[in-house]
Amino acid sequence: MSELDELRGGFFEECEDLLTVLAEGLQQLSDGDDDRETVNAVFRAVHSIKGGAGAFGLDVLVNFAHKFETSLNELRDARIPKSEHVIGVFLRASDILADLVAAMRDETATDDAAIEASLEEIVALIPVKPGAEKVDESYAPMSLDFGADEPAGFEPAALETLDFTPEPVAAIEAPVGPAVWLLTFRPATGLYARGNEPLLLLRALAALGPCEIELDTESLPALGDLGPEDAGLAWRIRLETEAKEEEIFEIFEFVADDCALEAVPAESGPGAAAAEDIPDFAAPAFDAPAFEPAPEPAAAAEPAPAEPAPAKASAPKGEDGGKAGEGKGGDGAKASIRVDTDRIERLVNLAGELVITHAMLTQRIAEAGLARHAAIAEGLDEFRMLTRDVQESVMAIRAQPVRPLFQRMTRIVREAAHATGKSVKLVTDGEGTEVDKTIVERLADPLTHMIRNAVDHGIESAEKRADAGKPSEGTIRLSAAQRSGRIVIEIADDGAGINRPRVLSIAKEKKLIPADAELSDSEIDNLLFMPGFSTAKEVSALSGRGVGMDVVKRAIQALGGRTIISSKPGEGSVFSISLPLTLAVLDGVVVRVADQTLVAPLAAIVETCRPTKADLKRMGPRDHVLLVRGEPLPIVDIGAELGFRPPVESPLDSVLMVAETEGGARCALLVDDIFDQRQVVIKGLEEGFGRTRGVAAATILGDGRIALILDVDALVREASGPHGAGHVMALTG
Amino acid sequence: MTLTVLAVDDSRTMRDLLRKALSEAGFTVHTADDGVHGLETLETCAPDVIITDINMPRMDGFGFIEAVRGDARRGRIPILTLTTESAPEMKQRAREAGATGWIVKPFDKDKLVAAIRRVAA
Amino acid sequence: MNEAQEDRRVARREVVVFRVCEDEYCIAIGSVREIRRWSEATRLPRTPHFVKGVINLRGLVLPVIDFAARIGLGDTVTTSRHSTIVVEVRGHLLGLLVETVTDILSIPETDFQPTPALAGDETNEMVSGVILLNDRLLRIVDVDRFAPHVETEPA
Repeated sequence: MSELDELRGGFFEECEDLLTVLAEGLQQLSDGDDDRETVNAVFRAVHSIKGGAGAFGLDVLVNFAHKFETSLNELRDARIPKSEHVIGVFLRASDILADLVAAMRDETATDDAAIEASLEEIVALIPVKPGAEKVDESYAPMSLDFGADEPAGFEPAALETLDFTPEPVAAIEAPVGPAVWLLTFRPATGLYARGNEPLLLLRALAALGPCEIELDTESLPALGDLGPEDAGLAWRIRLETEAKEEEIFEIFEFVADDCALEAVPAESGPGAAAAEDIPDFAAPAFDAPAFEPAPEPAAAAEPAPAEPAPAKASAPKGEDGGKAGEGKGGDGAKASIRVDTDRIERLVNLAGELVITHAMLTQRIAEAGLARHAAIAEGLDEFRMLTRDVQESVMAIRAQPVRPLFQRMTRIVREAAHATGKSVKLVTDGEGTEVDKTIVERLADPLTHMIRNAVDHGIESAEKRADAGKPSEGTIRLSAAQRSGRIVIEIADDGAGINRPRVLSIAKEKKLIPADAELSDSEIDNLLFMPGFSTAKEVSALSGRGVGMDVVKRAIQALGGRTIISSKPGEGSVFSISLPLTLAVLDGVVVRVADQTLVAPLAAIVETCRPTKADLKRMGPRDHVLLVRGEPLPIVDIGAELGFRPPVESPLDSVLMVAETEGGARCALLVDDIFDQRQVVIKGLEEGFGRTRGVAAATILGDGRIALILDVDALVREASGPHGAGHVMALTG
Repeated sequence: MTLTVLAVDDSRTMRDLLRKALSEAGFTVHTADDGVHGLETLETCAPDVIITDINMPRMDGFGFIEAVRGDARRGRIPILTLTTESAPEMKQRAREAGATGWIVKPFDKDKLVAAIRRVAA
Repeated sequence: MNEAQEDRRVARREVVVFRVCEDEYCIAIGSVREIRRWSEATRLPRTPHFVKGVINLRGLVLPVIDFAARIGLGDTVTTSRHSTIVVEVRGHLLGLLVETVTDILSIPETDFQPTPALAGDETNEMVSGVILLNDRLLRIVDVDRFAPHVETEPA
């Protein structure tokens, strides 16, 4: 990755933060926040996005941000009111801006119609100032071009914006070849007070060509009249240069208002004839009150020594000796560095090693009969705590607050509420909770779906809410918290709750469950997660799209998470997502199959049981099904599936684990025994070198042996292939 | 001689860009996140030139420039403002606050370096 | 890679010599990462019979191939006296289960000979040449032929 790409990546990262600030600020304004600083922060966020976008030549983004910023400025200066309409326009604009940033980042197409519509709204907000110059709508971005040696391309824009050049000059064709210029330069007091230094300007001038500089002693005031802070010196300069006129004036750009400057082309040189036509070059802009005696509050303006700058001698050149990257320190408390994720990955792996090594060491010490040796036990304990600290610190590197994710949900609620005509507000809590970067990223889609669902199906219409004595505005509470080593995210609505009789009848209607099935409340609630279940009579434009809650559950499961529903009729529903803090470790059930120790991901296991005869029903000569509350589940004999041993005669002496695949299919995994449940460090198996069907990854146990982590999905899929298909088909509809 | 530059900008991207451009040109670069941080940083480094953004939280560029100009220890240090505002009134306000010069964002690296060379050596 | 190394030392090449089923084989020393005593492997289901499983190589999950089984000499009944040669194959590490590592020899280049033309059996598939050393025959193993796509193709 080139450095510029890296900077570009950094810009988009910063955009995420800025968009969060923007969205939060606008939300606060919408909630009636009257703090001026809130408006300022909102303005700055858009402003910074514009600034960065300009540097990377993202013109569309610059243009949008510029107009957005212009309108926000009107708000900031109280020329437009903080009305609901105005904030609404800005909220929509912030959504579009977020989309635009994403499109620029991912280099995908932009929604030009939406941008246009939003721009129209924004620009309409700007009050027309009678007689005022028209709003600068065509902000001309100039992209940053490191290394490109073409200052010429920059020129016209610079001239337009920095109006230091006298009006008629643009019309004059710069003479080709060296021309001779006669200049007089008379600094005023303010020039020194603002930190400008004539010597440097003269030096820059000398860099343009052979140059004779003469101190104009005539203009020196008499000693008695000399004020300590006055500017008294002036210079006459004869410059022979091929440089264009603009280049000469550009040197004096900063001091144009702090000096009297005259520049006239002299004879000699090919351009002389043309130059003669120009009678007076001293434009009004440079006729600043030159020698006004008014002392300015500044340090003594000691005149620069009138040394004639030797031609070309001290031309400013880039100091090639200086090495890049010398900047160190000075960044204060917020200092941060960007690190390649590969390096973090490696660190995460090494921290995992450390955990394993500790476990192995502990076991060996115990085997050696030294576990009760006080000093060893103490050292081992310290080692354990240190190891845990190291692991947590390493995980913390990858951890990110869920704030940006939650922020996005405000928009989802806004859009969903708008689409359904309901009034819904989102309340968030625990946005600072941190979780692994990958998890945050992969949570966006399922969370979006659940939020939409909550607005669409959870919150009732305003009339129904009124009938139930609830406020017309529905509330969805999105919260995150860390609980016993996991992250729990809750989406709670104050809607009608799950209509269980209806859910049950739909499930039976769609043959998702047997017609005579008796289900507990929580089992009914969980029917929502079954593939093919959708309670909406017609697929609603919003949460429909053929995507059900089963997809949500699958996505959460893929992250090692679990989803739990609880619902009270009339009071609302709560969807809880419990996630691991990191993807590097897995909560697993350690099981024995034949002589092998295997690990099943806990997220895939619903419950375990030692079956009784009544629980088992024979299907064909060899296979059995397990009856769980009226539901027949196919039994998958792991040992036989993986070829570790022949199939068991009867599942009676085995342990069955009811597993659920990502696809929502349920089945019972048969293992010989269950040891315990623990966190294991995931070790990838290399493609082609060890990864096989039915095995997702490996881990290293305390005794140093490798245990394979089962790929429950693949196992169930295969088992339901030739002979088990019937049951699974019946289950999933 | 290596010049030391203090760049004050609340945008991380802009700080990164400035750091890169200036480091490549051979300057030693310090950065600060806003005016207050800029003043704090000035206590620990003595830059030859300051580049500052205008729109910043806590203390904006105008306030920062005024504070620097009001400090006798570094009254005449060159200060360039870095802003997307190309409007004349912005420049005028910066000038009144005591800015030495200005650079319009997005900046061109060569122009930036040339501007610094014109105010500091 | 090996060729380049070998080119530089035209005179002699170093090889690691090991024994499997009374026969001697050798591997260019450049491919060998380490030699370790055999430790019981975790079986990998649904792999060809010559894939012995995976072992823990200082935190790395290392797949191990039963060399004898791979070249068609029958599955090895492992004991603690067996050895694992860790070799690098196209950027991946792979363990080869062998009976015992006997020697590291420096062989004059001129002693390397092409494989005698025999029927294309599994042994010849893995052997790229031979070295005649007095009355010993060292079969030169080309570790690249253990590349993964060949290894895990289900039979």
